[in-house]
Amino acid sequence: MKNSVEVKNISFSYGKTEILNDLSLDIKEGEFMVLLGPSGCGKTTLLNCIAGLLDLTDGQIWIEDDNVTWKEPKDRHIGMVFQSYALYPSMTVEKNLSFGLRMMGTAKKIIDEKIEKAANLLQINELLKRKPSQLSGGQRQRVAIGRALVRDAKVFLFDEPLSNLDAKLRAELRYEIKKLHRDLSNTMIYVTHDQIEAMTLADRISVMKDGLIQQLDTPKQIYNKPANLFVAGFIGSPSMNFLNAKFDKSNQNLIIGKRHINISKYENTNDLIDDQQVVFGIRPENIIIDKNENSILCKVELVEPMGADTLVWTSIEGTPISIRLEGSSNYNLNDEINISFDINKSSIFDSKSEERI
Amino acid sequence: MNINSNNFQPNGPRPKHLTIGRIGMYGFIFMCALFFLMPLYVMIVTSLKDMDEIRSENLLYIPKALSFYAWPKAWSEACTGFVCEGLKPGLINSIKITIPSVIVSVSLGALNGYALAFWRFKGAYFFFGLCLFGAFIPYQVMVYPLLKIESAIGIYSSLPGIILVHTIFGMPILTLIFRNFYASLPIDLFKAARIDGGNFIKIFFYVIIPMSTPITIVAVILQVTGIWNDFLLGLVFAGRDNQPMTVQLNNIVQVDYGVAEYNVDMAATILTSLVPLFVYFISGRWFVRGIAAGAIKG
Repeated sequence: MKNSVEVKNISFSYGKTEILNDLSLDIKEGEFMVLLGPSGCGKTTLLNCIAGLLDLTDGQIWIEDDNVTWKEPKDRHIGMVFQSYALYPSMTVEKNLSFGLRMMGTAKKIIDEKIEKAANLLQINELLKRKPSQLSGGQRQRVAIGRALVRDAKVFLFDEPLSNLDAKLRAELRYEIKKLHRDLSNTMIYVTHDQIEAMTLADRISVMKDGLIQQLDTPKQIYNKPANLFVAGFIGSPSMNFLNAKFDKSNQNLIIGKRHINISKYENTNDLIDDQQVVFGIRPENIIIDKNENSILCKVELVEPMGADTLVWTSIEGTPISIRLEGSSNYNLNDEINISFDINKSSIFDSKSEERI
Repeated sequence: MNINSNNFQPNGPRPKHLTIGRIGMYGFIFMCALFFLMPLYVMIVTSLKDMDEIRSENLLYIPKALSFYAWPKAWSEACTGFVCEGLKPGLINSIKITIPSVIVSVSLGALNGYALAFWRFKGAYFFFGLCLFGAFIPYQVMVYPLLKIESAIGIYSSLPGIILVHTIFGMPILTLIFRNFYASLPIDLFKAARIDGGNFIKIFFYVIIPMSTPITIVAVILQVTGIWNDFLLGLVFAGRDNQPMTVQLNNIVQVDYGVAEYNVDMAATILTSLVPLFVYFISGRWFVRGIAAGAIKG
């Protein structure tokens, strides 16, 4: 498939502080790409560079086979939605939507048609005559999306658009954005620090840290086969359990203190060498309470009922371990449980390089 | 339930008590108000007395017989130097100086502040620092060089000359307050406008100016009162034909010969200060709102 946006070896620094260094990223046509990472990882900077709001220190940006590196934001065929909505406070919703078109000198008739289309799509017809100050947060963000929509942008950029909304509205608008992408199939680049948004919306997620892309893959791959310790710990809530271990080649066992876990079923045990220090990672839902020859006897230390699931906390050799169980399961403090791990779904990382094995 | 008065439970708003501290505070505020209102009171009563009464009676007494003689004299007959037309021509001159000076200086100040806040060019901080520095230079230092420059380009002693001077001296403080106001606006608004196709001028006119009402009012008040009350620059740069009201007031009060007519002086002073007083009265609310405008949300 054709690439819609190509980021070629870009660098960006604020004075002496380097934010992005030699970063490249290709985004396919019609793809929903999410840039995910903790604050300060450079994801918003990358988005602003693509939008042309920041000048690159080095490298190129291509949009639709056009080198736009030196082009003004308005000439890049993009629409952008901001976390703070950034609606023009002195204009009505209608004027906000039409501002870009009016700046381009579009005919009044065409403007009206486009506004009507966008307003219908986002269900903001009744709000057209209002000022932004008379709208709720969710309505403001709808209008902001509409403003990007009427411009017939080839690429939509979203800069944490849902972060200022409460949890319920966030879920609602997340659904709307996904539907919008389904119906319009434009290329969309979406910056967020919220992993749920990333998982639900993305075709591909690019997980970033310190200006570097840690892993670029589908949400499923990223969740199930995290490329390194950072990605494994960042994605998933409650987060993955980690145990420091040593590999015993002859028995295909991981040794954690006095405990032994057999990992002969793991995909890449051949890459492990004897006595190698590793981190064993297992998600809370991949721990099974079941008595067998491999199981480990533990005590329930804390129970967190969450409705659909129940989170049971225990510990192995002093490291806290969370287990995700069905909401109906019934465990009490100090109950003795036998746990074992679904090795197929576990992840093993080298302690030094923190890379997946 | 039985409510026992000995066992009264606090309920609803806390009752307000007049404490010693509160009485002291009101007393202090009252004294301050009195202190600042006293000169105004003296001016008004003196302007309504005739000269005999002013000479014989206490300054603070209420006039025995109201005499309105001083007011029309101050307005249209008092001598300012060799001409005896009162303050009337001065008022017109002051208006002719103040209105264009305020419009030009506030517009340029807004444009400067906008450029400094949003279009961060290389050296913008240095430039802003220079501006700040300029706000603290006593302008007497610059009077003579400016005078030489203006006479070299041939606008010294003319209306454009004095307007240019007021614009220059207003620039540092106006740039400063506009820049700080614009720096408090969400930067995303500016980014959105750039994506929506605005250039430097379009964004300024369509997005930034409509949001500038509170700070513009502050700037206009500052400039109107500052320029109206100016004496030195008007005296030096305006020329004989364009002397502002303050200069003429000075000429009325400073008599070299004849008798000083205190009632006329007082009436003339009140007339001269009417414009700034009026501006404060109608716009005080806006002034406070504009000063606090950092809290405005997008």
